[in-house]
Amino acid sequence: MSILVDKNTRLLVQGFTGSQATLHSEQSIEYGTNIVGGVTPGKGGQTHLSVPVFNSVHEAVEAVQPNASIIFVPAKFCKDSILEAADAGIKLIICITEGVPTLDMLIVKKRVDELGITLIGPNCPGIITPGEAKLGIMPGSIHLEGSVGIISRSGTLTYEAVKQTSDLGLGQSTCVGIGGDPIPGTSFIDVLKMMESDDQTKAIVMVGEIGGTAEEEAAEFIKNNISKPVISYIAGQTAPAGKRMGHAGAIIAGGKGTAADKIKKLEECGVHIAENLLQIGKKAKEVLD
Amino acid sequence: MNLHEYQGKELFSKFGLPVSKNTVIASADDAVNACRDIGGNKWVVKAQVHAGGRGKAGGVKLVSTPEEAVEFANHWLGKRLITYQTDSNGQLVNSILVEECTDIAKELYLSAVVDRGTQRIVFIGSSEGGVNIEEVAENTPEKIIYEPIDPLTGPMDFQSRKISKVLGLDGEQSKQFSKMLPQLTDLFVTHDLSLLEINPLVITQGGKLHCLDAKINIDSNAIYRQPEIQAMHDPSQEDPRESEAALNDLSYVSLDGNIGCMVNGAGLAMGTMDTIKYFDGSPANFLDVGGTATQDRVSKAFKLILADPEVRVVLVNIFGGIVRCDLIAEGILAAIKEVGVSIPVVVRLEGNNADIGSNILAKSSAEIVSLNNLEDAAKKAVELSK
Repeated sequence: MSILVDKNTRLLVQGFTGSQATLHSEQSIEYGTNIVGGVTPGKGGQTHLSVPVFNSVHEAVEAVQPNASIIFVPAKFCKDSILEAADAGIKLIICITEGVPTLDMLIVKKRVDELGITLIGPNCPGIITPGEAKLGIMPGSIHLEGSVGIISRSGTLTYEAVKQTSDLGLGQSTCVGIGGDPIPGTSFIDVLKMMESDDQTKAIVMVGEIGGTAEEEAAEFIKNNISKPVISYIAGQTAPAGKRMGHAGAIIAGGKGTAADKIKKLEECGVHIAENLLQIGKKAKEVLD
Repeated sequence: MNLHEYQGKELFSKFGLPVSKNTVIASADDAVNACRDIGGNKWVVKAQVHAGGRGKAGGVKLVSTPEEAVEFANHWLGKRLITYQTDSNGQLVNSILVEECTDIAKELYLSAVVDRGTQRIVFIGSSEGGVNIEEVAENTPEKIIYEPIDPLTGPMDFQSRKISKVLGLDGEQSKQFSKMLPQLTDLFVTHDLSLLEINPLVITQGGKLHCLDAKINIDSNAIYRQPEIQAMHDPSQEDPRESEAALNDLSYVSLDGNIGCMVNGAGLAMGTMDTIKYFDGSPANFLDVGGTATQDRVSKAFKLILADPEVRVVLVNIFGGIVRCDLIAEGILAAIKEVGVSIPVVVRLEGNNADIGSNILAKSSAEIVSLNNLEDAAKKAVELSK
């Protein structure tokens, strides 16, 4: 078993014919993901990467019945693309694009919540269930089918956690990049719930970073609701206050959102802390052994 | 992106919010005319920098003659103002706001932020103004109200009454506030703000609400659709290397250590800084070179890092995802050659074709140490930095 995606996932790609979407769709297909079509307004009727291109998500839904969509359109069009997929009835939407205005996300998040849709991202690497399907931009080759569920606000940092757990032979059940924006579609808590009820997941790695209080809220949730061991690493222990560290959400503002606060809270709630990013895999192995 | 107080007040005026009659000057010669135009016999002169704590640092003064205003402008224009919010270099003062003096009966606090928890724009109000709001929140939380705005309905009158009660407003002031709340929300949404703070919002001797300060931050992700705000950008208030980085679409923050860092991905960049610190080194910067790490981007990143005279060694940490590490290695070599890097460079490549990439680097004549493992690479960089 796994969460969110598997071999049966029928994926639609929005912004399909663009260069990034093309590159990553090729890689996903190679990994075994079932891409059933794509959308690029104005290019409907063409064939791209051996699957049909549609002018709208609605047309694609009627013709090829996707049950998940991945979005690569430029930031200024993401609000429209996410709401289009939602309107067309797609229940799992992954937005890879970085730079979506926060106020757009306030509206989008309210709408997808009302419709009971799972939105992953924006500004995220996507989801992968090793050996089943890859819906994202992560390098498939570093993954290994296994028992560790990984949730992360950061892309390349997730790859580190993946590589370490693969090298130690633990492998991953599902990896979800929830993205580095202040208003993510899916929170740590949403994914923790799913991983708690997934048989394949034996331990959970939660990679957080400075900014906001998502890790603190997750810590409280873990204490009360998660029976599986959780290992956490928080990036940005050396980050200065008041500066945005790349990700829109990674900023220590008004003295809040420091790594030290997060680590303290996580420890209090029984989470195993990887003091350094080099220890994520080792910690997971220790906990599982 | 941050705005100056005078720019914030321009926006306040545009949306109908009460601000003092004011003029912004960039030359001391204009101070006399500014005072005359404003009228009255008392003025407040305020140094315009992107930082709080100006009052305590001497950057705000009450003057009772135009000559005093000239003196203040002469003193500050072209100088750097150091406050508890700036670094030790302070911020350059390029302009002075000259304002009509307001007689204050009471100081209040009002702000609006995008709150991550409720995922709404939230107004924060307090009867305690002109002070550090974090302290009020800590010591007397009952004096603060957090009121989230539903994006569907916008601010409602009952919400304005709730906030008014906590602010301690009388009937007339509550009425005035019920007009201000929608105006502030409109400003917030129209211009994609991430923070709007009025500290203090005051009640004047005449019993009216009045915005005495204006702090505004804009969501960087939305700048593309805010031409009016783009025109307000003041690069003199930013670290020149950070501005340069932003122009090249690189994410850079300067720090005070001596190990230059070049990493792909923001999270890994922070993780790399932490790792350096863990091994008792000190990072000189945060730098996310982006997912693709092409020669062009790597060259620009090297130039930025080397512009910092403190840097003694550069640690390049690239997790090659989709892009092959051998291509990245060639890009790094070409960039080093192009830029003329003369200090040691420690490179850690991981991902597709990492071995081939490392070999390419190891064989090059440049002063490059290539290590596949982050622990070894970080330790080596720390060693070379001492």
